[in-house]
Amino acid sequence: MTDTTPKIIEPTIFDLSSPGRTGVTFPETDVPRTELPQSMLRADLPLPELAEVDVVRHYMHLSKFNYSVDGGYYPLGSCTMKYNPKIDEDTCRLPGFLYTHPLQPIETVQGNLALMYQLQEWLKEISGFAAVTLQPAAGAHGEFTGVLIMRTYHKSRGDAKRVKMLIPDSAHGTNPASAGMMGLKIVQVPSDARGNVDLKALKEQCDDTVLGMMLTNPNTLGLFDEHIEEVCKIIHECGGLMYGDGANLNALLGIVRPADLGFDLMHFNLHKTFAVPHGGGGPGSGPVGVAAHLTDFLPEPLVGILEDGDDETPPLFGFIKPAKSIGRMKAFHGQFGGGFVRAFTYIAMHGPDGLKDISQYAVLNANYLLARLRNTYHVPFDRICMHEFVAEGQFEGSDVRALDIAKRLMDYNFHPPTNYFPLIVHEALMIEPTETENKDTLDAFAEALIKIAEEAKQQPELLHNAPSTTQFGRMDEVRAARDLVLCCWLPEDYEQQE
Amino acid sequence: MNAPSNLKYTKSNEWFDPSSGAMGLTDYAQSQLSDIVFVEILVAAGDTVEAGIPIASVESVKASAEIYASATGKVITVNKALSEKPETLNSDPYSAGWMIKIENGEPGDVMDSAAYEKYCAEQTK
Amino acid sequence: MSWIPLRTKNTAQSKRNNSMTYIPISLKERDAMLGAIGVKTLDDLFKDVPAKHRFPKLNLPPALTEMEAAAELADIAASNENVHSDLISFLGAGMYNHYIPAVVDHMLRRGEFYTAYTPYQPEISQGTLQGIFEYQSLMATLTGMDVSNASHYDGATATAEAVNMAYAQFRGKRKKVVISPTVHPQYRAVIRTYTQGVELDLAGDDGNADLDSSPEELKSLIDDNTMIVIVQYPDFFGRIYDYTKLIEAAHSKGALACVVANPTALAMFKTPGEMDADIVVGEGQPLGIPLWFGGPTLGFFTTKKSYVHKMAGRLVGETVDNHGQRAYVLTLTAREQHIKRERATSNICTNEGLLALGSAIYMSVLGKSGMRQVAELCYHKAHYAAAQLSKIKGMGLCFSEPFFHEFALCVNQPAEEVNAHLLEHGILGGYALGNDYPALKNHLLIAVTEMNSKEQIDTLVGVLSEANHD
Repeated sequence: MTDTTPKIIEPTIFDLSSPGRTGVTFPETDVPRTELPQSMLRADLPLPELAEVDVVRHYMHLSKFNYSVDGGYYPLGSCTMKYNPKIDEDTCRLPGFLYTHPLQPIETVQGNLALMYQLQEWLKEISGFAAVTLQPAAGAHGEFTGVLIMRTYHKSRGDAKRVKMLIPDSAHGTNPASAGMMGLKIVQVPSDARGNVDLKALKEQCDDTVLGMMLTNPNTLGLFDEHIEEVCKIIHECGGLMYGDGANLNALLGIVRPADLGFDLMHFNLHKTFAVPHGGGGPGSGPVGVAAHLTDFLPEPLVGILEDGDDETPPLFGFIKPAKSIGRMKAFHGQFGGGFVRAFTYIAMHGPDGLKDISQYAVLNANYLLARLRNTYHVPFDRICMHEFVAEGQFEGSDVRALDIAKRLMDYNFHPPTNYFPLIVHEALMIEPTETENKDTLDAFAEALIKIAEEAKQQPELLHNAPSTTQFGRMDEVRAARDLVLCCWLPEDYEQQE
Repeated sequence: MNAPSNLKYTKSNEWFDPSSGAMGLTDYAQSQLSDIVFVEILVAAGDTVEAGIPIASVESVKASAEIYASATGKVITVNKALSEKPETLNSDPYSAGWMIKIENGEPGDVMDSAAYEKYCAEQTK
Repeated sequence: MSWIPLRTKNTAQSKRNNSMTYIPISLKERDAMLGAIGVKTLDDLFKDVPAKHRFPKLNLPPALTEMEAAAELADIAASNENVHSDLISFLGAGMYNHYIPAVVDHMLRRGEFYTAYTPYQPEISQGTLQGIFEYQSLMATLTGMDVSNASHYDGATATAEAVNMAYAQFRGKRKKVVISPTVHPQYRAVIRTYTQGVELDLAGDDGNADLDSSPEELKSLIDDNTMIVIVQYPDFFGRIYDYTKLIEAAHSKGALACVVANPTALAMFKTPGEMDADIVVGEGQPLGIPLWFGGPTLGFFTTKKSYVHKMAGRLVGETVDNHGQRAYVLTLTAREQHIKRERATSNICTNEGLLALGSAIYMSVLGKSGMRQVAELCYHKAHYAAAQLSKIKGMGLCFSEPFFHEFALCVNQPAEEVNAHLLEHGILGGYALGNDYPALKNHLLIAVTEMNSKEQIDTLVGVLSEANHD
């Protein structure tokens, strides 16, 4: 009988627990004890018991299983996995930032408020918008904020029949999900043969029931819409608003300002464009910029100048509530420590020329990879790309799919690109190198992909069985969903353990 | 694609059995969704369903879909066993995988088995 | 406080080497790459951008080197008054000054954790996946529930997501939310923002709500149109109630019961799970996350097993890989936005992953005994403070119910004036409750944690006694 008990590589924190072990302890109370309300106490707190060294070793072991930007290249399209500057880690942890409470009197936190105000101003300058809120906690949160602003704007004009949101077929899932959260009807707009928004199809959909359009530009195909101004014009002509998904802003810093192209509002992803680290799934930060006609609708609170300064005295910064605000999007002010301080440090260290370099080199790197790969992988759109491009992960006469190519890349020590997105390309592989990869890495990546294409034809089983050189292999996802184990606990006989 | 000849089929890949009043999703639909992990029947016995309204929500490992009523009528019974074993929809979509049964069912916009098989071939392109 | 100049003017040419700080491509390599692409200059890559808007001159200050940026940020940070070196703090109201063991940040500063991406490729993300699985387990244990998701942005948005979940559960047929007026004011504001797209009836927290009434009086508002009942534990005024009967009343009408809980309190008090709550949400900041001027924070979301398919947010599940090893993977992903798109209950994508991991490390290194110690220290110190403050002539506790580590103190004069007096003595007083509760203009919400020594509390009492005699 074969033993089917799964092999455990690293026990869980509950597995490692042993009765009576202590980690960090605290002093005895220095005040008289007050009787505890016995009837309201919990009977038992079955949390793990570990010594500090055990905790450290456990998390060190876990860290070894992770791929990370500090360890290697992540060509993830639309994620902008650029290098995270270490100075940002230090600045955001300065005690003056770390130990300030959001509800402190504003006079005691003018440093924080000045930083937030400055960041708002810098993001305005970069994007061309008239005002910026820093409050949304992530891109999707920014999108929801944007949709609320759009709807409230129309409502304030007495226009309640605008219930449709136009969204391209290449859009990220958060776009329709955000519009869906507002109960809006999503109308999908197709792309044309060159990867632009299909203008004819767009015009057909535009009427006075359209709230607006959500568009990423450059789009998720990595292409700058050749008719972007026309698209904005068409939407404006039917009274709608243009929302920009700023996930791909890494291609546009110092290149063009979205507001100049006709966008009415846009969210930023500080954890993409501005190098705030991804943290394995957050925290992110999703500020939203708006044009002048939408300023009144921004969420509260916004950071503003309450009293002007002069040559001798600094201004007094504080919070203001926009006149027709959509309300509060989350408690407190937004991702200050994680997002604002890091992005502020980043922008301060780049300046206008540095920001332009970022986009120029991000686009250079993507086009270089495109040039090296287009003879091996089919790229559906024959155009200069922006900071990313999409190729098809499939070959004539082979049953190898994007998934297999992605897994095989791990055997070459690369994180796979984004796959199966956007939905409009079959077996999509979306590749975004970012500007912080050197030419050697790009060449090695291209060579790996070319070799994998060769393997796909000659030895497809290498791909189907990949990854085979990593500690962990392909997962049984069906079992995970059907047997559903979402938690572990201390064993039943825990207290009796020696 | 398996499409029994005694059943009727919709463009959204549901089947209807005029003799028993049962309906569910087709073999083609389950193969597109692949491993189904969650089923929620959205209607109850006594409800009236109209062809085209959602009667169930299905999730697989990689996808999610709404199942629409293929006929109009009053719901007599729903298949409670599906929530325990959603994989039945993959293994036996036409028999044990029935979702709801209606009485006095009036089929909606349906086609016969031969037409459906042709339609599936087109969908796959 | 020193003057922080706003650097909005581009007064000098920035130097070439400053701006290429993180770009590792040499000019020679650049030219080789341009050649391979078939264009002459970098500008040629942007022909699709409308000429009249191309290459704007951004009015931003010239680039600083790392050394200069470090100095500037240090100045900005130092200009604040912080609760470790400058002020004694008794301010809570949703974010608390707790001790964060050195281990937490030490582990979070590992590049393998903080520079990793979302674990969509499980083969090379087991560190993040197992870390989050353990976080889910720890949160479920702490709240007394069956399952936890991988996080929401904060306690307020987690509560709003509970309302979304209830709305979806009843497929829009029930439209009433019964909410206690003692749920955090900002959380109630966020719920209203989130639900403005649908016509919901939010009942229970209007301006006339009686703050002295027991939560059971909310029962009278619960009817067949109620989708969810929401209370806070401890409530915004720090009071501890057993919500069991109220939750029974919610269930008798088929409504869901949601408790917004403080995680430090859960280490010693009866869990909302024991009270039969359906959903327990809250703010995880007290679990090893710094105050950080209010963000980023950590929204936790836990439920009974039966709601797992309706839950928003990521879920990590246990499985096996093809080598027969126990492993972890994102599961039930078909609930989420990238698959359900407009039919998803929530649009959440990026959450608070690194902070969830941080809170797991905090809970692990404190463990069963450490978590209990912190809770009890908060309890004893807060009760000592309350007892001493009530002795001040003219001041007294506003409420008489049992409390955890926060309480409302009536100071019998405008709370803002008392706080101004306290600030002059380097003390951050409690939250001025009049901001949100018109009847409580002379009241402060005082929070006491393990970080407040007896000396600090005695100083507060001393200074407040003076304030009274002014």
